[in-house]
Amino acid sequence: MIGSNLLRVASIASIATFAFGTTAANAQSLVINDEETMIIQAPAAAHLENMDEVFSGWNFRTVETQALQMDDFDNPGMIFVDQAIDQWDTVDGAAGESCGSCHEGGTAEFAGLRTVLPRWDEDAGGIQSMADYINECRTERMQAEAWTWSSSKMTAMTALIGLESRGMPVDVVIDGPAADAWELGKEIYYTRVGQLDMSCANCHEDNYDTMIRADHLSQGQINGFPSYRLKNAKLNSTHARFKGCMKNIRAKPFGEGSDEFRALELYVASRGNGLSVEGTSVRN
Amino acid sequence: MKRTAFLIIGATAAFAAMATAGTTTPDDVTFDDYGAVSASLTGVAGDAANGRKLFANRKLGNCLACHQNNDYLEQSFHGEVGPSLDGAGDRWNEAELRGLVSNAKNTFEGTIMPAFYRTSGFYRNMEKFDGKSILSAQDVEDIVAYLLTLTE
Ligand code: HEC
Ligand code: HEC
Repeated sequence: MIGSNLLRVASIASIATFAFGTTAANAQSLVINDEETMIIQAPAAAHLENMDEVFSGWNFRTVETQALQMDDFDNPGMIFVDQAIDQWDTVDGAAGESCGSCHEGGTAEFAGLRTVLPRWDEDAGGIQSMADYINECRTERMQAEAWTWSSSKMTAMTALIGLESRGMPVDVVIDGPAADAWELGKEIYYTRVGQLDMSCANCHEDNYDTMIRADHLSQGQINGFPSYRLKNAKLNSTHARFKGCMKNIRAKPFGEGSDEFRALELYVASRGNGLSVEGTSVRN
Repeated sequence: MKRTAFLIIGATAAFAAMATAGTTTPDDVTFDDYGAVSASLTGVAGDAANGRKLFANRKLGNCLACHQNNDYLEQSFHGEVGPSLDGAGDRWNEAELRGLVSNAKNTFEGTIMPAFYRTSGFYRNMEKFDGKSILSAQDVEDIVAYLLTLTE
Protein backbone atom coordinates (compact mmCIF):
# COMPACT_ATOMS: atom_id res chain seq x y z
CA MET A 1 0.00 0.00 0.00
CA ILE A 2 2.59 2.49 1.07
CA GLY A 3 4.65 1.61 -1.98
CA SER A 4 2.29 3.68 -4.07
CA ASN A 5 2.67 6.54 -1.63
CA LEU A 6 6.41 6.46 -1.86
CA LEU A 7 6.14 6.48 -5.62
CA ARG A 8 3.84 9.45 -5.32
CA VAL A 9 6.31 11.24 -3.06
CA ALA A 10 9.12 10.38 -5.43
CA SER A 11 7.23 11.77 -8.40
CA ILE A 12 6.31 14.80 -6.34
CA ALA A 13 10.00 15.28 -5.69
CA SER A 14 10.74 16.04 -9.31
CA ILE A 15 7.90 18.55 -9.40
CA ALA A 16 9.20 20.14 -6.22
CA THR A 17 12.67 20.53 -7.71
CA PHE A 18 11.09 22.54 -10.44
CA ALA A 19 8.60 24.54 -8.42
CA PHE A 20 10.52 25.33 -5.27
CA GLY A 21 14.12 24.87 -6.26
CA THR A 22 14.56 22.34 -3.46
CA THR A 23 16.61 19.24 -4.05
CA ALA A 24 14.91 15.93 -4.72
CA ALA A 25 16.34 14.62 -1.45
CA ASN A 26 14.63 17.46 0.38
CA ALA A 27 11.19 16.71 -0.97
CA GLN A 28 11.40 13.04 -0.08
CA SER A 29 12.51 13.79 3.42
CA LEU A 30 11.38 16.42 5.82
CA VAL A 31 14.29 18.74 6.53
CA ILE A 32 13.29 21.86 8.39
CA ASN A 33 15.16 25.12 7.78
CA ASP A 34 17.66 23.13 5.69
CA GLU A 35 19.18 21.71 8.87
CA GLU A 36 16.88 19.56 11.03
CA THR A 37 15.95 16.17 9.56
CA MET A 38 12.73 14.65 10.84
CA ILE A 39 12.15 10.90 11.04
CA ILE A 40 8.97 10.59 8.96
CA GLN A 41 9.08 6.82 8.47
CA ALA A 42 10.06 4.23 11.06
CA PRO A 43 9.69 0.52 11.80
CA ALA A 44 6.49 -0.09 13.75
CA ALA A 45 6.90 -0.67 17.49
CA ALA A 46 6.51 -4.30 18.59
CA HIS A 47 3.09 -3.58 20.14
CA LEU A 48 1.65 -2.64 16.74
CA GLU A 49 0.12 -5.89 15.58
CA ASN A 50 -1.07 -5.01 12.09
CA MET A 51 1.58 -2.72 10.67
CA ASP A 52 5.23 -2.95 9.74
CA GLU A 53 6.02 0.70 9.28
CA VAL A 54 4.74 3.98 10.59
CA PHE A 55 4.58 7.26 8.69
CA SER A 56 4.18 10.85 9.72
CA GLY A 57 1.07 12.59 8.38
CA TRP A 58 3.46 14.89 6.47
CA ASN A 59 4.01 12.10 3.91
CA PHE A 60 0.39 12.24 2.84
CA ARG A 61 0.04 15.95 2.24
CA THR A 62 0.42 17.79 -1.06
CA VAL A 63 3.74 19.28 -2.13
CA GLU A 64 2.42 22.75 -1.35
CA THR A 65 1.37 21.83 2.19
CA GLN A 66 4.58 19.86 2.75
CA ALA A 67 6.65 22.87 1.72
CA LEU A 68 4.99 25.07 4.36
CA GLN A 69 6.50 22.89 7.06
CA MET A 70 10.00 22.92 5.62
CA ASP A 71 10.84 26.45 6.67
CA ASP A 72 9.79 28.17 9.87
CA PHE A 73 9.27 31.45 8.01
CA ASP A 74 6.63 29.76 5.87
CA ASN A 75 5.06 27.75 8.69
CA PRO A 76 1.94 29.67 9.77
CA GLY A 77 1.97 27.83 13.12
CA MET A 78 5.09 29.75 14.14
CA ILE A 79 3.04 32.96 14.59
CA PHE A 80 1.40 31.25 17.55
CA VAL A 81 4.73 30.10 18.90
CA ASP A 82 5.80 33.76 18.92
CA GLN A 83 2.68 34.58 20.92
CA ALA A 84 3.60 31.87 23.42
CA ILE A 85 7.11 33.34 23.77
CA ASP A 86 5.46 36.61 24.88
CA GLN A 87 3.09 34.72 27.16
CA TRP A 88 6.03 32.91 28.75
CA ASP A 89 7.20 36.07 30.51
CA THR A 90 3.75 37.50 31.19
CA VAL A 91 2.84 37.62 34.88
CA ASP A 92 -0.62 36.18 35.42
CA GLY A 93 -2.53 35.12 38.55
CA ALA A 94 -2.55 36.02 42.23
CA ALA A 95 0.97 34.69 42.93
CA GLY A 96 2.53 37.31 40.66
CA GLU A 97 4.49 34.74 38.69
CA SER A 98 5.10 34.07 35.02
CA CYS A 99 6.29 30.79 33.49
CA GLY A 100 9.71 32.36 33.12
CA SER A 101 10.00 33.45 36.74
CA CYS A 102 10.01 29.82 37.90
CA HIS A 103 11.66 28.15 34.90
CA GLU A 104 14.76 30.29 34.86
CA GLY A 105 16.48 28.11 32.30
CA GLY A 106 13.81 29.06 29.76
CA THR A 107 11.90 26.59 27.61
CA ALA A 108 15.19 24.77 26.92
CA GLU A 109 14.58 23.07 30.29
CA PHE A 110 11.91 21.06 28.49
CA ALA A 111 14.05 19.49 25.77
CA GLY A 112 12.82 15.93 25.32
CA LEU A 113 9.65 16.33 27.37
CA ARG A 114 7.28 16.17 24.40
CA THR A 115 8.71 12.78 23.37
CA VAL A 116 7.49 11.06 26.56
CA LEU A 117 4.05 12.67 26.85
CA PRO A 118 1.42 11.73 27.70
CA ARG A 119 2.72 9.64 30.61
CA TRP A 120 1.67 8.09 33.88
CA ASP A 121 2.09 10.57 36.71
CA GLU A 122 2.27 9.20 40.21
CA ASP A 123 1.22 12.45 41.96
CA ALA A 124 -1.73 12.99 39.68
CA GLY A 125 -2.60 9.30 39.85
CA GLY A 126 -3.33 9.21 36.13
CA ILE A 127 -2.13 9.93 32.62
CA GLN A 128 -0.92 13.50 32.19
CA SER A 129 -0.59 15.36 28.95
CA MET A 130 1.37 18.54 28.20
CA ALA A 131 -1.78 20.60 28.77
CA ASP A 132 -2.18 19.11 32.24
CA TYR A 133 1.33 20.12 33.28
CA ILE A 134 0.82 23.63 31.96
CA ASN A 135 -2.44 23.95 33.87
CA GLU A 136 -0.87 22.56 37.03
CA CYS A 137 1.66 25.41 36.92
CA ARG A 138 -1.05 27.93 36.19
CA THR A 139 -3.46 26.94 38.93
CA GLU A 140 -1.11 25.76 41.69
CA ARG A 141 2.02 27.86 41.24
CA MET A 142 0.72 30.99 39.55
CA GLN A 143 -2.77 30.93 41.08
CA ALA A 144 -4.07 31.79 37.66
CA GLU A 145 -7.02 30.31 35.83
CA ALA A 146 -6.61 27.07 33.94
CA TRP A 147 -6.64 27.33 30.16
CA THR A 148 -9.09 25.14 28.31
CA TRP A 149 -7.56 22.36 26.25
CA SER A 150 -8.05 23.96 22.84
CA SER A 151 -7.75 27.63 23.76
CA SER A 152 -5.30 29.55 21.60
CA LYS A 153 -3.04 30.22 24.61
CA MET A 154 -2.90 26.53 25.50
CA THR A 155 -2.20 25.23 21.99
CA ALA A 156 0.44 27.93 21.51
CA MET A 157 2.20 27.08 24.78
CA THR A 158 2.18 23.35 24.00
CA ALA A 159 3.69 24.23 20.61
CA LEU A 160 6.47 26.32 22.15
CA ILE A 161 7.41 23.61 24.65
CA GLY A 162 7.06 20.88 22.03
CA LEU A 163 9.47 22.71 19.75
CA GLU A 164 12.27 22.00 22.23
CA SER A 165 11.91 18.31 21.29
CA ARG A 166 11.77 18.84 17.55
CA GLY A 167 13.45 16.01 15.66
CA MET A 168 13.61 13.71 18.70
CA PRO A 169 11.75 10.40 18.34
CA VAL A 170 8.49 9.89 20.20
CA ASP A 171 9.07 7.39 23.00
CA VAL A 172 6.05 7.07 25.28
CA VAL A 173 5.96 4.40 27.97
CA ILE A 174 3.05 1.98 27.71
CA ASP A 175 3.70 -0.56 30.45
CA GLY A 176 3.87 -0.47 34.25
CA PRO A 177 1.30 1.89 35.75
CA ALA A 178 0.46 3.25 32.26
CA ALA A 179 -0.72 -0.16 31.04
CA ASP A 180 -4.39 0.17 32.02
CA ALA A 181 -4.82 3.51 30.28
CA TRP A 182 -2.98 2.20 27.23
CA GLU A 183 -5.34 -0.79 27.04
CA LEU A 184 -8.33 1.53 27.32
CA GLY A 185 -6.93 3.71 24.55
CA LYS A 186 -6.41 0.68 22.37
CA GLU A 187 -9.97 -0.46 22.97
CA ILE A 188 -11.31 2.96 21.98
CA TYR A 189 -9.12 2.94 18.86
CA TYR A 190 -10.61 -0.33 17.63
CA THR A 191 -14.24 0.22 18.69
CA ARG A 192 -16.73 1.16 15.99
CA VAL A 193 -18.76 4.21 16.94
CA GLY A 194 -21.47 6.49 15.62
CA GLN A 195 -24.06 6.15 12.91
CA LEU A 196 -21.32 5.50 10.33
CA ASP A 197 -20.15 2.70 12.62
CA MET A 198 -16.40 3.07 12.10
CA SER A 199 -13.34 2.83 14.31
CA CYS A 200 -10.15 4.86 14.09
CA ALA A 201 -8.50 1.71 12.72
CA ASN A 202 -10.97 1.42 9.82
CA CYS A 203 -9.59 4.63 8.36
CA HIS A 204 -6.08 5.05 9.75
CA GLU A 205 -4.89 1.44 9.84
CA ASP A 206 -6.89 -0.42 7.18
CA ASN A 207 -7.12 2.37 4.62
CA TYR A 208 -4.28 4.83 5.07
CA ASP A 209 -2.72 6.00 1.83
CA THR A 210 -6.05 5.95 -0.02
CA MET A 211 -8.26 8.85 -0.97
CA ILE A 212 -11.49 9.34 0.93
CA ARG A 213 -13.09 11.91 -1.35
CA ALA A 214 -10.57 14.78 -1.42
CA ASP A 215 -8.64 13.65 1.67
CA HIS A 216 -5.55 11.50 1.45
CA LEU A 217 -5.86 9.28 4.52
CA SER A 218 -2.82 9.20 6.79
CA GLN A 219 -2.11 6.90 9.70
CA GLY A 220 -3.60 9.49 12.06
CA GLN A 221 -0.33 9.96 13.94
CA ILE A 222 0.04 12.73 16.51
CA ASN A 223 3.81 13.30 16.38
CA GLY A 224 3.16 16.62 14.61
CA PHE A 225 0.75 18.09 17.17
CA PRO A 226 -0.27 20.72 17.94
CA SER A 227 -0.98 21.03 14.27
CA TYR A 228 -1.65 24.13 12.22
CA ARG A 229 -4.55 23.38 9.88
CA LEU A 230 -5.12 25.40 6.73
CA LYS A 231 -8.79 24.55 7.15
CA ASN A 232 -9.28 26.56 10.36
CA ALA A 233 -6.10 28.66 10.35
CA LYS A 234 -5.12 27.89 13.92
CA LEU A 235 -3.24 25.40 16.04
CA ASN A 236 -5.25 22.29 16.85
CA SER A 237 -4.83 20.08 19.90
CA THR A 238 -4.80 16.29 19.65
CA HIS A 239 -8.05 16.07 21.56
CA ALA A 240 -9.73 18.54 19.18
CA ARG A 241 -8.63 16.37 16.26
CA PHE A 242 -9.97 13.19 17.91
CA LYS A 243 -13.23 15.01 18.54
CA GLY A 244 -13.42 16.12 14.90
CA CYS A 245 -12.88 12.60 13.59
CA MET A 246 -15.53 11.21 15.96
CA LYS A 247 -18.04 13.85 14.91
CA ASN A 248 -17.38 13.08 11.25
CA ILE A 249 -18.52 9.52 11.83
CA ARG A 250 -21.53 10.89 13.73
CA ALA A 251 -20.30 9.58 17.06
CA LYS A 252 -20.73 11.34 20.40
CA PRO A 253 -17.15 12.47 21.08
CA PHE A 254 -15.45 12.13 24.43
CA GLY A 255 -14.61 15.44 26.10
CA GLU A 256 -11.33 17.28 25.55
CA GLY A 257 -9.22 16.50 28.60
CA SER A 258 -11.36 13.47 29.51
CA ASP A 259 -9.71 10.30 30.82
CA GLU A 260 -10.86 8.53 27.65
CA PHE A 261 -9.08 11.01 25.36
CA ARG A 262 -5.96 10.97 27.56
CA ALA A 263 -5.92 7.19 27.22
CA LEU A 264 -6.50 7.43 23.47
CA GLU A 265 -3.75 10.06 23.22
CA LEU A 266 -1.32 7.71 24.97
CA TYR A 267 -2.28 4.83 22.70
CA VAL A 268 -2.10 6.86 19.47
CA ALA A 269 1.21 8.42 20.58
CA SER A 270 2.58 4.91 21.15
CA ARG A 271 1.61 3.97 17.58
CA GLY A 272 4.01 6.68 16.50
CA ASN A 273 6.93 5.72 18.73
CA GLY A 274 10.04 6.27 16.63
CA LEU A 275 8.68 9.17 14.54
CA SER A 276 10.09 12.63 15.23
CA VAL A 277 8.27 15.25 17.20
CA GLU A 278 7.72 17.80 14.43
CA GLY A 279 7.19 20.85 16.56
CA THR A 280 4.32 22.49 14.83
CA SER A 281 3.14 20.56 11.80
CA VAL A 282 1.13 21.97 8.91
CA ARG A 283 -1.83 19.99 7.62
CA ASN A 284 -4.97 20.54 5.54
CA MET B 1 -53.20 9.48 33.52
CA LYS B 2 -50.99 6.61 32.47
CA ARG B 3 -53.75 5.19 30.32
CA THR B 4 -54.20 8.47 28.39
CA ALA B 5 -50.49 8.67 27.66
CA PHE B 6 -50.58 5.13 26.39
CA LEU B 7 -53.53 5.87 24.16
CA ILE B 8 -51.88 8.93 22.68
CA ILE B 9 -48.68 6.99 21.90
CA GLY B 10 -50.80 4.25 20.42
CA ALA B 11 -52.60 6.74 18.22
CA THR B 12 -49.35 8.34 17.04
CA ALA B 13 -47.84 4.97 16.22
CA ALA B 14 -50.91 4.00 14.24
CA PHE B 15 -50.75 7.28 12.36
CA ALA B 16 -47.03 6.84 11.58
CA ALA B 17 -47.67 3.35 10.32
CA MET B 18 -50.47 4.58 8.11
CA ALA B 19 -48.42 7.41 6.68
CA THR B 20 -45.68 5.03 5.62
CA ALA B 21 -47.89 2.09 4.76
CA GLY B 22 -45.99 -0.53 2.84
CA THR B 23 -42.59 0.63 4.09
CA THR B 24 -40.40 -1.94 5.81
CA THR B 25 -38.73 -0.53 8.94
CA PRO B 26 -34.95 -1.01 9.25
CA ASP B 27 -35.33 -3.67 11.95
CA ASP B 28 -37.75 -5.65 9.79
CA VAL B 29 -35.63 -5.92 6.64
CA THR B 30 -35.02 -9.57 5.76
CA PHE B 31 -31.57 -10.41 4.45
CA ASP B 32 -30.83 -13.81 2.90
CA ASP B 33 -27.70 -15.80 3.73
CA TYR B 34 -25.64 -13.77 1.24
CA GLY B 35 -26.91 -10.40 2.46
CA ALA B 36 -29.42 -9.80 -0.36
CA VAL B 37 -32.86 -8.24 0.22
CA SER B 38 -35.39 -9.41 -2.35
CA ALA B 39 -38.44 -7.37 -1.34
CA SER B 40 -38.66 -3.67 -2.16
CA LEU B 41 -38.51 -1.57 1.01
CA THR B 42 -41.40 0.62 -0.11
CA GLY B 43 -43.22 -1.05 -2.96
CA VAL B 44 -42.61 2.12 -4.97
CA ALA B 45 -40.25 1.77 -7.94
CA GLY B 46 -36.89 3.48 -7.45
CA ASP B 47 -36.14 6.75 -9.23
CA ALA B 48 -32.68 6.37 -10.78
CA ALA B 49 -32.27 10.11 -11.49
CA ASN B 50 -32.85 10.95 -7.83
CA GLY B 51 -30.61 8.04 -6.84
CA ARG B 52 -27.82 9.57 -8.87
CA LYS B 53 -28.14 12.81 -6.87
CA LEU B 54 -28.16 10.96 -3.54
CA PHE B 55 -25.02 9.07 -4.60
CA ALA B 56 -22.84 12.18 -4.43
CA ASN B 57 -24.71 14.10 -1.71
CA ARG B 58 -22.27 14.37 1.19
CA LYS B 59 -24.98 14.31 3.86
CA LEU B 60 -26.88 11.37 2.36
CA GLY B 61 -25.27 8.66 0.23
CA ASN B 62 -21.82 10.23 0.02
CA CYS B 63 -20.91 7.09 -1.92
CA LEU B 64 -18.40 9.04 -4.02
CA ALA B 65 -16.33 9.53 -0.85
CA CYS B 66 -15.25 5.90 -1.09
CA HIS B 67 -16.11 4.77 -4.63
CA GLN B 68 -14.79 5.77 -8.01
CA ASN B 69 -17.60 6.09 -10.60
CA ASN B 70 -17.07 6.97 -14.27
CA ASP B 71 -20.68 8.13 -14.51
CA TYR B 72 -19.72 11.05 -12.25
CA LEU B 73 -16.77 12.58 -14.05
CA GLU B 74 -18.22 16.08 -13.59
CA GLN B 75 -17.11 15.82 -9.96
CA SER B 76 -13.46 15.46 -9.02
CA PHE B 77 -12.05 13.53 -6.05
CA HIS B 78 -13.58 10.08 -6.26
CA GLY B 79 -12.70 7.95 -3.27
CA GLU B 80 -10.47 4.86 -3.31
CA VAL B 81 -11.54 3.16 -0.08
CA GLY B 82 -14.00 0.83 -1.82
CA PRO B 83 -13.94 -0.74 -5.29
CA SER B 84 -14.89 1.21 -8.41
CA LEU B 85 -18.62 0.98 -9.08
CA ASP B 86 -18.24 0.95 -12.86
CA GLY B 87 -20.23 -2.07 -13.97
CA ALA B 88 -21.81 -2.62 -10.55
CA GLY B 89 -25.16 -3.12 -12.29
CA ASP B 90 -23.65 -6.05 -14.24
CA ARG B 91 -22.03 -7.66 -11.20
CA TRP B 92 -24.99 -7.47 -8.80
CA ASN B 93 -28.72 -7.95 -9.17
CA GLU B 94 -31.37 -5.72 -7.61
CA ALA B 95 -31.79 -7.80 -4.42
CA GLU B 96 -28.03 -7.91 -3.83
CA LEU B 97 -27.67 -4.17 -4.34
CA ARG B 98 -30.58 -3.47 -1.98
CA GLY B 99 -28.82 -5.58 0.62
CA LEU B 100 -25.48 -3.88 0.00
CA VAL B 101 -26.89 -0.39 0.42
CA SER B 102 -29.14 -1.29 3.38
CA ASN B 103 -26.40 -3.03 5.35
CA ALA B 104 -23.29 -4.16 3.48
CA LYS B 105 -22.05 -5.93 6.63
CA ASN B 106 -24.33 -8.83 5.76
CA THR B 107 -22.52 -9.24 2.43
CA PHE B 108 -18.99 -8.28 3.45
CA GLU B 109 -18.32 -9.09 7.08
CA GLY B 110 -16.48 -6.33 8.91
CA THR B 111 -16.60 -3.90 6.00
CA ILE B 112 -15.93 -0.21 6.58
CA MET B 113 -18.96 0.62 4.40
CA PRO B 114 -21.68 2.15 6.58
CA ALA B 115 -25.14 0.58 6.78
CA PHE B 116 -27.46 3.11 5.18
CA TYR B 117 -30.74 1.59 6.35
CA ARG B 118 -30.20 0.65 9.94
CA THR B 119 -31.27 2.29 13.20
CA SER B 120 -30.17 -0.04 15.98
CA GLY B 121 -26.97 -1.50 17.35
CA PHE B 122 -24.92 1.69 17.21
CA TYR B 123 -22.48 2.68 19.97
CA ARG B 124 -22.02 6.31 21.05
CA ASN B 125 -24.28 7.49 18.26
CA MET B 126 -24.83 11.25 18.25
CA GLU B 127 -28.18 12.02 19.84
CA LYS B 128 -29.57 13.80 16.82
CA PHE B 129 -29.14 10.61 14.77
CA ASP B 130 -30.66 8.29 17.39
CA GLY B 131 -33.34 6.10 15.87
CA LYS B 132 -32.59 7.47 12.40
CA SER B 133 -31.12 5.72 9.39
CA ILE B 134 -28.70 7.55 7.07
CA LEU B 135 -31.07 7.06 4.14
CA SER B 136 -34.84 6.67 4.00
CA ALA B 137 -36.38 3.51 2.54
CA GLN B 138 -37.22 5.32 -0.70
CA ASP B 139 -33.68 6.79 -0.88
CA VAL B 140 -32.35 3.22 -0.80
CA GLU B 141 -34.72 2.17 -3.58
CA ASP B 142 -33.67 5.19 -5.66
CA ILE B 143 -29.95 4.45 -5.22
CA VAL B 144 -30.49 0.79 -6.09
CA ALA B 145 -32.31 1.86 -9.28
CA TYR B 146 -29.36 4.12 -10.08
CA LEU B 147 -26.74 1.41 -9.43
CA LEU B 148 -28.58 -0.87 -11.83
CA THR B 149 -27.87 1.69 -14.59
CA LEU B 150 -24.10 1.37 -14.01
CA THR B 151 -23.45 -1.20 -16.70
CA GLU B 152 -20.48 -1.55 -19.02
C1 HEC C 1 -14.00 8.18 8.16
C2 HEC C 1 -12.59 8.07 8.29
C3 HEC C 1 -11.93 8.42 9.62
C4 HEC C 1 -12.10 7.87 10.86
C5 HEC C 1 -13.05 6.76 11.25
C6 HEC C 1 -11.18 8.55 11.75
N1 HEC C 1 -10.47 9.49 11.06
FE1 HEC C 1 -8.87 10.57 11.75
N2 HEC C 1 -8.72 11.52 9.94
C7 HEC C 1 -9.50 11.27 8.84
C8 HEC C 1 -9.12 12.15 7.75
C9 HEC C 1 -9.75 12.19 6.36
C10 HEC C 1 -8.07 12.96 8.26
C11 HEC C 1 -7.30 14.04 7.51
C12 HEC C 1 -6.27 13.42 6.64
C13 HEC C 1 -5.29 12.61 7.44
O1 HEC C 1 -4.38 13.18 8.06
O2 HEC C 1 -5.46 11.38 7.52
C14 HEC C 1 -7.83 12.51 9.63
C15 HEC C 1 -6.82 13.02 10.46
C16 HEC C 1 -6.51 12.53 11.70
C17 HEC C 1 -5.38 12.97 12.49
C18 HEC C 1 -4.36 14.02 12.09
C19 HEC C 1 -3.12 13.39 11.51
C20 HEC C 1 -2.07 14.40 11.14
O3 HEC C 1 -0.95 13.96 10.80
O4 HEC C 1 -2.31 15.58 11.19
C21 HEC C 1 -5.42 12.26 13.66
C22 HEC C 1 -4.45 12.37 14.82
C23 HEC C 1 -6.57 11.38 13.59
N3 HEC C 1 -7.20 11.56 12.40
C24 HEC C 1 -6.95 10.49 14.59
C25 HEC C 1 -8.13 9.73 14.56
C26 HEC C 1 -8.62 8.95 15.69
C27 HEC C 1 -7.92 8.81 17.02
C28 HEC C 1 -9.79 8.38 15.29
C29 HEC C 1 -10.79 7.58 16.10
C30 HEC C 1 -11.37 8.25 17.24
C31 HEC C 1 -10.00 8.75 13.91
N4 HEC C 1 -8.99 9.59 13.51
C32 HEC C 1 -11.05 8.30 13.11
C33 HEC C 1 -10.49 10.29 8.73
C34 HEC C 1 -10.91 9.47 9.76
C1 HEC D 1 -16.56 4.51 4.02
C2 HEC D 1 -16.47 3.85 2.76
C3 HEC D 1 -17.68 3.51 1.93
C4 HEC D 1 -18.82 4.26 1.68
C5 HEC D 1 -19.18 5.63 2.21
C6 HEC D 1 -19.61 3.48 0.76
N1 HEC D 1 -18.98 2.31 0.47
FE1 HEC D 1 -19.64 0.85 -0.82
N2 HEC D 1 -18.02 -0.33 -0.33
C7 HEC D 1 -16.98 0.05 0.48
C8 HEC D 1 -16.01 -1.04 0.53
C9 HEC D 1 -14.70 -1.01 1.28
C10 HEC D 1 -16.54 -2.07 -0.27
C11 HEC D 1 -15.93 -3.46 -0.54
C12 HEC D 1 -16.37 -4.44 0.49
C13 HEC D 1 -15.26 -4.69 1.47
O1 HEC D 1 -14.25 -5.29 1.07
O2 HEC D 1 -15.37 -4.28 2.63
C14 HEC D 1 -17.80 -1.59 -0.80
C15 HEC D 1 -18.60 -2.31 -1.68
C16 HEC D 1 -19.69 -1.79 -2.37
C17 HEC D 1 -20.39 -2.45 -3.45
C18 HEC D 1 -19.98 -3.78 -4.09
C19 HEC D 1 -18.81 -3.41 -4.99
C20 HEC D 1 -18.53 -4.33 -6.13
O3 HEC D 1 -19.05 -4.06 -7.20
O4 HEC D 1 -17.84 -5.31 -5.91
C21 HEC D 1 -21.39 -1.62 -3.86
C22 HEC D 1 -22.39 -1.85 -4.97
C23 HEC D 1 -21.33 -0.44 -3.02
N3 HEC D 1 -20.28 -0.57 -2.13
C24 HEC D 1 -22.17 0.64 -3.12
C25 HEC D 1 -22.13 1.76 -2.29
C26 HEC D 1 -23.12 2.82 -2.33
C27 HEC D 1 -24.27 2.90 -3.29
C28 HEC D 1 -22.79 3.70 -1.35
C29 HEC D 1 -23.52 4.93 -0.87
C30 HEC D 1 -24.94 4.82 -0.63
C31 HEC D 1 -21.55 3.24 -0.75
N4 HEC D 1 -21.20 2.04 -1.35
C32 HEC D 1 -20.85 3.89 0.26
C33 HEC D 1 -16.85 1.26 1.14
C34 HEC D 1 -17.80 2.28 1.17
